[in-house]
Amino acid sequence: MRKLWQDAKHNFGNIGIIFILATVGGWFIFMILLPQLIMIDYSFRPLLPLRKIGGPEDVYTLKNYMVLFTTPLHRAIFFKTIWSSIIVTFVAFAICYPISYYLAKMARGARFSLLMMGIIIPYWINELLRLFAWQLILSDVGILNNILMFLGIAGEPINFRSGNSAVILGMAYAYILFMIFPLYNAIESLDSNQIDAARDLGSSWFRIHRRIVIPHAKPGIAVGCIMTFMLAAGSIAAPLLLGSPSSFWFTQLIYTNFETANWNQGAAYAMVLAGLCLIFIMLMLKLFKVSLKELTK
Amino acid sequence: MLKSVGEAVEFNHVSMRYPGTESNAVTDANVHIKAGEFFSFLGPSGCGKTTLLRLVSGFLDPTEGEVRIGGKDMRGIGPNKRPTAMIFQNLALFPLMSVAQNIGFGLEVRGVSKTERLKKAVELLELVDLPGVENKMVGDLSGGQMQRVAIARGLAVEPAVLLLDEPLSALDLKLRQHMRTELRKIQRRTGVTFVYITHDQGEALTMSDRVGVMTGQGVIDQIATADQLYNEPQTAFVADFVGENNAFAGAVTETDGDYAILNTESGSLKGRNRLNLNSGQKAIAFVRPEAILLAEDSTAVENILKFTVKNLSFEGSFITVFLDTPGGQTCVMKQNNDGSTPLMQTGTEIKVCFSAENTQLLPYGEVSYA
Repeated sequence: MRKLWQDAKHNFGNIGIIFILATVGGWFIFMILLPQLIMIDYSFRPLLPLRKIGGPEDVYTLKNYMVLFTTPLHRAIFFKTIWSSIIVTFVAFAICYPISYYLAKMARGARFSLLMMGIIIPYWINELLRLFAWQLILSDVGILNNILMFLGIAGEPINFRSGNSAVILGMAYAYILFMIFPLYNAIESLDSNQIDAARDLGSSWFRIHRRIVIPHAKPGIAVGCIMTFMLAAGSIAAPLLLGSPSSFWFTQLIYTNFETANWNQGAAYAMVLAGLCLIFIMLMLKLFKVSLKELTK
Repeated sequence: MLKSVGEAVEFNHVSMRYPGTESNAVTDANVHIKAGEFFSFLGPSGCGKTTLLRLVSGFLDPTEGEVRIGGKDMRGIGPNKRPTAMIFQNLALFPLMSVAQNIGFGLEVRGVSKTERLKKAVELLELVDLPGVENKMVGDLSGGQMQRVAIARGLAVEPAVLLLDEPLSALDLKLRQHMRTELRKIQRRTGVTFVYITHDQGEALTMSDRVGVMTGQGVIDQIATADQLYNEPQTAFVADFVGENNAFAGAVTETDGDYAILNTESGSLKGRNRLNLNSGQKAIAFVRPEAILLAEDSTAVENILKFTVKNLSFEGSFITVFLDTPGGQTCVMKQNNDGSTPLMQTGTEIKVCFSAENTQLLPYGEVSYA
């Protein structure tokens, strides 16, 4: 600790240290710590008219959290959000694993650059615009329906936007990058000779992936799944723009609460969502037998 | 003890060119490796040795010609379907598996039960003289131990041909020399055909039944036993690459049965003309440093030359003498030291000779000095 301090002093000087402490400390306290604490505080207080705040009825209570257990609709939305986010994560993994493997072990030169560009360039466009593009593709008179009808596959427009599917598809697309990069990094670090050795010993492709590539890529898979799940569970734009009434997302519930000035209820639900994500991280780490240290590699 | 039966490997007019490259990695290779033979390909790095090995293992198919294993054309048969196993240069052991799992991997693929796999792993570890490590993780082993595990893993699938891609290059000198005898022993015990590639001639010459020497362009110059390669090289490249050699370039002036006379800048030299060079042909006379003797100690009557002693290095059992030739090149001579051999004085002129029998005349070719 003392050495760290002396090194810092040597490298940055007194003014430099003050500057760093002020900016980093200020950012941490005002941007991260305080808002979270205020949210936690809100979540444990009842919703009261302005004049009663600070009065005898303003006590800490679990009431806001209990609402989730006593309102069947909210509970259903909560579990549906978890379930749908897991599906999004699976779909994203299923799409991204082959792409990542191809990028890391097979694509060379121009083909690699082209594919990489194809994956990255769409992300230069705002997420909302990309979601609007999906609206255009999936709508009743959209491109997809037009093509299907032109080819005679569909007799009349298919309503892709009913139910959950459009939201899941849109999200899986939106978060592809967050799945591909951890996977790519992990697979890329695998010695290709191990793949060759397994093949040479008679292994099928399926077994090579199951026994060699996937075990090696575990930390990357864990990171990709955690990121995708958290982004999906916390997403508001995709369900808002692509959703139907039956695909109501838990974030929309939080949003509605804040909109209707019930900040206390909204804060409690936001905390539940944060807690859910934490549990998911722990679960993934346990499931993939990865330590936090390995994750940050 | 388990005994697999080796099979023959044939290269018939095999050429290989990688897509998008200008030249061949392997050019018109014709090699017939016998069943149960320890065969080495020796050549400088980048000469196409690894390509040859990958052609046998099935990671590559030749652009021309055919590779046969046990008489069967292997074209289109993938590496997982060929009766070969490969030992990779960096071994490529599976770090997330135990030693037993590594060795048993090829058997797991073939649906062998877990107890059978463990039994086989123990048996193979016995064979490679590394008993008792089956439950260790690969990362806990030393370099030499990993080497043996890699060989055991390759042998576990009972291959007819074991392909070894410079597997000793990562080991330190002492271990490397020890592993040479070990590899040879394992090959004898199992009867599997070993195809070994290396740039280290010591490895190739000591272990192999026969050696194929490759030039930098993927051409196999000579296939012979170690002593034939050393004593009767067929090309200037082989003479230069295998062992130390002095090269005197010149033109053939006359032929005389098995012998011919070569006119060089250092004088007229008589040597064996095994390849029937004709008068007027450009050629190189090769003489091994140990074949150069002081004229006073020798009974030879030909190839008596006057050289100047440039410097010498005393190495104990022998003395290396560097000589300046009249042609302006340096000639190396090795004198045996019996304990009382007098040291030559730098700058003095000495008379040396080498018998025509020990002088090889070969067609002119690129050599590192001449």
